[in-house]
Amino acid sequence: MTIKLALAGNPNSGKTTLFNGLTGNNQFVGNWPGVTVEKKDGKLKGHKDVIIQDLPGIYSLSPYTLEEVVARTYLIEDRPDAILNIVDGTNLERNLYLTTQLVELGIPVVVAVNMMDIIRKNGDKINTEELSRALGCKVVEISALKGTGIKEAAEEAINAAKNMKTVPQHTFSGPVEHAIAHIEEAIVHEMPEEQQRWYAIKVFERDSKVLKQLNISQEKLNHVEKDIQAAEKELDDDSESIITNERYNYIASIIKGCYKRKRTNNLSTSDKIDKVVTNRWLGLPIFVLVMYLVYWIAMVGVGTASTDWANDGLFGDGYHLFGMGSKAYEAASEEYGNATNAAMAYYDFDIEDEKFDAKTAISDMKKVQGPLKSTVGVTDEETLAVDKKNVYYDKIPDSAKKDENTIQMTYMEAVKYFEKNGFEEPDPANYGTWVPGVPPIVEAGLDKLHAADWLKGLILDGIVAGVGAVLGFVPQMLVLFLLLAFLEACGYMARIAFVLDRIFRKFGLSGKSFIPVLVGTGCGVPGVMACRTIENERDRRMTIMTTTFIPCGAKVPFIAMVAGAIFGGSPHIATSAYFLGMAAIIVSGVMLKKTKMFAGKPAPFVMELPPYHWPTVGNVLRSMWERGWSFIKKAGTIILLSTIFVWFTSFFGVVDGSFRMLAEDEINMSLLAKLGGLIAWIFAPLGWGNWQATVASITGLVAKENIVGTMGILYGGGDGGVYHSISQAFTHVTGYSFLAFNLLCAPCFAAIGAIKREMNSAKWTWFAIGYQCGFAYVIAFMITQFGNFFTGKGNIIGFAAAVIALVYMIYMLFIKKYSDANELGDDFAINARAEAK
Amino acid sequence: MVLKDVKIGQTVIVKKITGQGPVKRRIMDMGITKGTEVYVRKVAPLGDPIELTIRGYELSIRKADAEMIEVEEI
Repeated sequence: MTIKLALAGNPNSGKTTLFNGLTGNNQFVGNWPGVTVEKKDGKLKGHKDVIIQDLPGIYSLSPYTLEEVVARTYLIEDRPDAILNIVDGTNLERNLYLTTQLVELGIPVVVAVNMMDIIRKNGDKINTEELSRALGCKVVEISALKGTGIKEAAEEAINAAKNMKTVPQHTFSGPVEHAIAHIEEAIVHEMPEEQQRWYAIKVFERDSKVLKQLNISQEKLNHVEKDIQAAEKELDDDSESIITNERYNYIASIIKGCYKRKRTNNLSTSDKIDKVVTNRWLGLPIFVLVMYLVYWIAMVGVGTASTDWANDGLFGDGYHLFGMGSKAYEAASEEYGNATNAAMAYYDFDIEDEKFDAKTAISDMKKVQGPLKSTVGVTDEETLAVDKKNVYYDKIPDSAKKDENTIQMTYMEAVKYFEKNGFEEPDPANYGTWVPGVPPIVEAGLDKLHAADWLKGLILDGIVAGVGAVLGFVPQMLVLFLLLAFLEACGYMARIAFVLDRIFRKFGLSGKSFIPVLVGTGCGVPGVMACRTIENERDRRMTIMTTTFIPCGAKVPFIAMVAGAIFGGSPHIATSAYFLGMAAIIVSGVMLKKTKMFAGKPAPFVMELPPYHWPTVGNVLRSMWERGWSFIKKAGTIILLSTIFVWFTSFFGVVDGSFRMLAEDEINMSLLAKLGGLIAWIFAPLGWGNWQATVASITGLVAKENIVGTMGILYGGGDGGVYHSISQAFTHVTGYSFLAFNLLCAPCFAAIGAIKREMNSAKWTWFAIGYQCGFAYVIAFMITQFGNFFTGKGNIIGFAAAVIALVYMIYMLFIKKYSDANELGDDFAINARAEAK
Repeated sequence: MVLKDVKIGQTVIVKKITGQGPVKRRIMDMGITKGTEVYVRKVAPLGDPIELTIRGYELSIRKADAEMIEVEEI
């Protein structure tokens, strides 16, 4: 027979450490059904038939917070065989408050008093025998951190599950017990005896969830309501508060008998740290510094290096092992690039042309007697911008030696370079220790098997690229999760909320929403995953939905392209993109809070600030790994499938009546182009309803930087280059509208996968994507319509519609009131009270 | 007097908690009940919320919610 043990306790009581200690690597991590709360269970080490269910960290069993409802629903409905309740011995009073509620459930309880090592070190004493007598259950001493006593605690819990009963020893005051006795008799007497007391107390408290579950007739309800009101009148408080008060009074009385504290007035180390860290004046600067460090390490330092390695190395051409040879290769590559550009300024050549011959080229080049100075157009690979650079024929004047706009190699030197080295581009494999990436290895294998082109394409550009898209994010994510786990475990995360609450609650977000948004400026995928640290579910969902509005690293080349091609390289475009992103987050935060989906008063911000402590390496690493792995598992499929879909539609199409695979520059004949043509009318009101822009937006879903590449193909080929063609296709107004739409609409598939993972619900994922696209559409629509109107090209219907949209937004932002309905609902209890009166 | 008006560094005793519903329950669940000693430890850098020491641990609470807690000086 399998024994189910539930592990319950306050947040910060050492529950995670105990759970890890008891189960080791036999853990399963998921979510509680339908909610974003994490669920963990695992097998007890050395016992095949004992399952430990980790409950969310909670302070009470009230019906008001999601974690508490999840925990108590499990306890009531799944009825585990025993509860192992971990309490923090250094904070006994508040921790035992939960214990007094757990012992009433009629499930055997074993209390494990944690941090005994610290208690002994402080010279304090806990009389566990006395405590055990007062609570009516077994009490054991443990130190989860050191691993002492935890096996014994688990054994006691198994023992209790097999043959023990927990009978609560605590009685409430006379009037309360009187009412409870009446409730037991009138309403819950048909229930199993050990469950009656818990239900009766909940009915006394007018607990909305329990009243709903029991479905009591109005007549009976009115009957017991009289008793409840009598007790309330006598004790001059509402029933819920009476119970809470009496529990704490009871705890205070038992603590007197079993807890001896050696009084010291010295500040603890944690107090000293806190004095500095959340100091009135130093608090904010320290916060900025910590955030800067997190951002730098996760996004710039280690993060970028690891992502580049994963994307360009492991899932690209390859990489130099430990960077050996990278520098030499880069130098050689730069020299080659300079030589090419310098030569191009005077002599046009194309080494990919079949007719190209190195010998004739060199001899032709030598014949060129150019002017002393010429120019060449250099294309930036990321943004496709073309910069004019100066090239000198045989001598660079001193004044131009450090000039960025001058190629630091003369034409004559370039000719010599090609004569000596040939026209071949330097191969990274010839420098240092080169490890080929996955695609070249797979490609070589497929070539050996003489695989068909379409199969090669499917495997390389579809599957391998898709897997790369999933795994490419993982290294950076692991670095970030490591930092977040550290901040959470050491206690600073709670202080972030403390420091920032004042600003963020104005937008209906938690102070902890800052981190996802900050991380989102680097990459939205870890940004969305970082939402896990937000404790309130509503805030968490809201932040998941809005984090990707902020321009991420992959959107930067696209922004630069729009700025360069349409706005003459104005730096204000990039700045405005960040402001647009931030404004979108704030506006959405305020508007969404007023919708039905997020209805209800903001959660009370009554939060424990746990003492600072040094986290254990094992816990931090485990948390990092769990989050990274769950991204791969839960987000991987959707990313892979959608990458394959977009690959297929963009590389296949009907040409001259026959369906075939296309080359990269034939995307205009692809299925995707057809699809784009079919849906382009949707974007007509935004001013760019052509299939090119539509297709570019769709390929942006694979990865936002793809928009640049697609635009390059679709707008290339004309005279004057890509930028010129784009500037012909867009006006300033429609260009900015196109930019705004692509910044705000659904993020890339990887981020969508992360949203799905974190939302843990198809409905919420679709709602998030739908909201993002809808919001992006409305904003882009307003930009186009107002922009056209004020530049004299407007159309009156569109303008009117845009005004309506604007008015509606203003109404949502400033006039509409927060709805009062409470999601977890206490309306039933209020009705019942009104009836009885 | 309500808790919101207590100066930093003062210790007071809780007299009554007004209001109802989730916020009141949460405040009480965290241990702010009638007769409890509350030490007002500090205020956040931006002036809200405040940090209390209660029942031997640190709790932060918004000023708006602290208005619901009636206290008296010792």
